[in-house]
Amino acid sequence: MKSVFATPVTARADKQLIGEVAKRLDAPARRLFLKQSISLGSLAMLTGCNTSTEQGIEDMLMYVSRFNDRVQWALFNPDKLAQTYPDSMIAKPFPFNAFYGIKDVRIVDGNAWKLELSGLVGDKRPWRWVDFVQLPHVAHTTRHICVEGWSAIGKWGGVPLRVFLERIGADLTAKYVGFKCADDYHTSIDMPTALHPQTLMTFSFADKTLPYEYGYPMKIRMPTKLGYKNPKHVTALSVSNTNPGGYWEDQGYNWFGGS
Amino acid sequence: MEAQTETHMETQMEMKPQSRRVKVYPAIVRINHWINAVAVIVMVMSGWQIFNASPFWGIHFSRTFTLGGWLGGAILWHFAAMWLLVANALLYLGYNLVSGRWKTKFLPIRPGEVVHDMGEALRGKLSHADPTRYNAVQKLAYVGVMALILGVVLSGIAIWKPVQFELLCDLMGGFDTARRVHFVCMALIVAFIAVHLVMVALVPKTLIAMITGKAKIAEAA
Repeated sequence: MKSVFATPVTARADKQLIGEVAKRLDAPARRLFLKQSISLGSLAMLTGCNTSTEQGIEDMLMYVSRFNDRVQWALFNPDKLAQTYPDSMIAKPFPFNAFYGIKDVRIVDGNAWKLELSGLVGDKRPWRWVDFVQLPHVAHTTRHICVEGWSAIGKWGGVPLRVFLERIGADLTAKYVGFKCADDYHTSIDMPTALHPQTLMTFSFADKTLPYEYGYPMKIRMPTKLGYKNPKHVTALSVSNTNPGGYWEDQGYNWFGGS
Repeated sequence: MEAQTETHMETQMEMKPQSRRVKVYPAIVRINHWINAVAVIVMVMSGWQIFNASPFWGIHFSRTFTLGGWLGGAILWHFAAMWLLVANALLYLGYNLVSGRWKTKFLPIRPGEVVHDMGEALRGKLSHADPTRYNAVQKLAYVGVMALILGVVLSGIAIWKPVQFELLCDLMGGFDTARRVHFVCMALIVAFIAVHLVMVALVPKTLIAMITGKAKIAEAA
């Protein structure tokens, strides 16, 4: 998943991230985004940029971002597969990434876990862990690309989302599939990506049960999108024709986020 | 299209050598130049902010010189200004190709002339008497920076769409190498800008020409 956090390792990056997150938690995200997005060091203040100017610039940038969603939707080839790699190239350790630190990883009880279904779905009965056993499982070793710029190869295994959507009688002509997570994260994707053969509901990482830090019990994995579009600890799935947005997307990350 | 000499002669005091104003840059080239300047500056500064999110080679850019405030803001700027950069570049290339300006202004670039003019320039002897013609070093630098912008755009597309444009990403050496190609192209463009600004400071009439389109040249009476 994604974030601002992150880069595995350096203390400086950690510090910076914590600072950035703290700032973002303090203020209403949108307001802060707006102020920060146009500040050129302190130049904005010096030039006396007022609120309406800032608002205008933000509106313009968001307008282009929505345009970029449409461009990416058009560029997305539903038959184009992301490159796969030998298992020997799996990153060890695979970087942890979330909008919180690794100490705050949610410990979800797999036995009590349910996947709630809503929206344009024929059968809305929630699914449990054991229910997924009956569906076909596949595993793909692919490159996870973070919006921050780093990438790491991992192997995720589980049920193609397309198979699941067909099973529950989802309206496959709807535009969006939204996800809510046990860690209060949420995101959403376009239906063509949801139906892509490499978009999986995953229960394993590197052939072992998905660890807590990578999204136990279930993570949606799609190598055709950036990390922040790949939700962990998913507890609810919805199908809709209105865009449900997302945790980072609502703060300014591009919604489509395609690779 | 270019270098049309204006027939209009300025009124001159009798004692002064005569000078005349010649057209150096057509309006479209001046507009292209300034749009490009804005687009490149926005791309570079927002790019530095994006880079800071996951840096390499031990490099970190001071917030003073970055745009966007945080990663998400910087990405918004970067992916908005990219359209400006590319659309403007296509207009510029299209104009140059169609008008033939490309051939008369930038070609040929002869290595011998580049070496000669570079030597003259370093000794401070290179003449800028005729602003309508580029010397060999200028030709090389301008064509070079165009190639760098092409490189930065292609490597940028490879990073943006490594799955949809897999072949391009592979040609760039894969995702991680493409990021470094993108960075090196940026660094060379910034180096070009630095030298470019020094040269403009040394020969200020080129700045006037890029604004008004015209430059005054002295002529023997």
